[in-house]
Amino acid sequence: MNTKITFLGKEFANSIVTASGILGVTGATMVNNVKEKGVGGVTMKSVSVEPREGHPNPTITTGEHFMINAVGLSNAGVENSVKEIKYYKENCQAPLIASVFAGDIKEFGEVTKKISEASPDFIEVNISCPNVEDEFGKPFAADPQLATAVTKIVKENTDIKVIVKLSPNVENIGKIAQAVEAAGADAICAVNTFNGTLIDVRTREFVLHNKFGGVSGPAIKPMAVKAVYDISQAVKIPIIGTGGVTTGQDVLEMMLAGATLVGVGSGVHFGGGKDVFKNMMGEIKEIMEEEGIEDLMEMIGGVKSDD
Amino acid sequence: MKNNSQQPTILPIKKIVQETPAIKTYTFEHKLGAEPGQFVMLWIPRVDQKPISISRQTDSSFDLSVFKVGKATEALFDMKEGDKVGISGPYGRGFNIEPKKNIVLVGGGCGSAPLRMLGEEAEKAGCKVTFITGAQTSKDVLFKDALSDTCITTDDGSAGFKGFTTQKLAEILTENKDTDKVYTCGPEVMMKGVVDVCAKHKISCEISMERYMKCGFGICGQCAVDPLGICICKAGPVFSGEMAAKITEFGQYHRDKAGVKHEL
Repeated sequence: MNTKITFLGKEFANSIVTASGILGVTGATMVNNVKEKGVGGVTMKSVSVEPREGHPNPTITTGEHFMINAVGLSNAGVENSVKEIKYYKENCQAPLIASVFAGDIKEFGEVTKKISEASPDFIEVNISCPNVEDEFGKPFAADPQLATAVTKIVKENTDIKVIVKLSPNVENIGKIAQAVEAAGADAICAVNTFNGTLIDVRTREFVLHNKFGGVSGPAIKPMAVKAVYDISQAVKIPIIGTGGVTTGQDVLEMMLAGATLVGVGSGVHFGGGKDVFKNMMGEIKEIMEEEGIEDLMEMIGGVKSDD
Repeated sequence: MKNNSQQPTILPIKKIVQETPAIKTYTFEHKLGAEPGQFVMLWIPRVDQKPISISRQTDSSFDLSVFKVGKATEALFDMKEGDKVGISGPYGRGFNIEPKKNIVLVGGGCGSAPLRMLGEEAEKAGCKVTFITGAQTSKDVLFKDALSDTCITTDDGSAGFKGFTTQKLAEILTENKDTDKVYTCGPEVMMKGVVDVCAKHKISCEISMERYMKCGFGICGQCAVDPLGICICKAGPVFSGEMAAKITEFGQYHRDKAGVKHEL
């Protein structure tokens, strides 16, 4: 039975990667995710040129079936993040996906150039964070032309393979996917979180300090799977599918919809904490055995359809 | 609290006691069910949400003793009895109490807060508890009278033993050879000193660490420590002396809310 995955020419021990913003602040945490928790690869928290403190707390909370966050893209800045990536690379072989964001097109080029010095295996471009609209306006992922422009400048500033992370808060995610594919993106990650909010009844206050945030967790899985399927029908480049994945079965479902790799974020909380990835892999192997699946790669885009 | 939900439970402040010029204790009538050493996330709407340790617990109430240190705690200090705050948790791994042992608690400043709860619980478990509570001057000492066997230390000698808690601990461990375990919470440099004193006397200890936290339940990775990469909010905040020795940043540096490293 083979559970290894080849994604853009690099080998992952399995199809699960941590999603950006989850256990990805320090190099040591990401090493821990691989060595102690058994994840196939890691995505670092998004990095900007300068350090950012993000929003005050509450930045992350959960309901029974969802998580909502407005961390506000806090990060230590690209210079410090290069050191964290270097620490990771010295201590771990599993592929690392760096994640970058910026407030304008030019800065996307700058942060990409600087993060490339750390030689991450891939660079994910976060054009879809919903939690900084007050500061930056609508995410770049909401507009095919802006998404194209960001993808182009990122590609011009690095030789590393580029993954563009898309927002589900758009009318036609397939069209945005086609735009970034045409602009040179090597892969797509989808989806980022859904716009949402949470109001406390007793105090009549918004719970998140930022008022609005991004919704993730089991509640969004059906919408995320549909978005991944729509993208897979629209483009030829590989997809990292993410959104509400909590179990091994969810991982396989996301792969059938078209994902080569599957990102897990709030699933770390909903799926049982530190053993979540091991549990998922156990379940995946069990299903593979029961269904006679020899190679996990077979699952990619394997949903049956007459179309 | 519902399964999986970390949404704050809204509670009115039942009682406020001014402990020292910079520390107040807030009592809430709510069955929290925490272990000593665990913490809650305290939400002050429109201001911030911070991890706070629990200084006392009964079957129907709990206390938070808070040191005024920044914007959130300043806002809390302006609040009155009856005002509402949000509580999430309890979170983290607390202190391990072994029944009927001779233990010493070493608290520095507001670090004495979780040790008071620990001391009370340990006494219920039949332990003989010696509590060292240290501060800069006599007016800053937290919980002078909370536990029966309490030693006060002050840096300036204005009350109790003149000197550091670590000096007093060394004195106690030299005199009382039957001490089984030491527990500490306070400034990290002090706790590092406690770990060293305990190592010298071959006595096991537990420490309680603090790092900048965002989620509080082990998802965001903001409070991860080097080189283990484990989250203080989930794997800690309490660690054994042996674990503390593996956390190389302990007593050396921490990361701020952006994730930038600063020396302690």
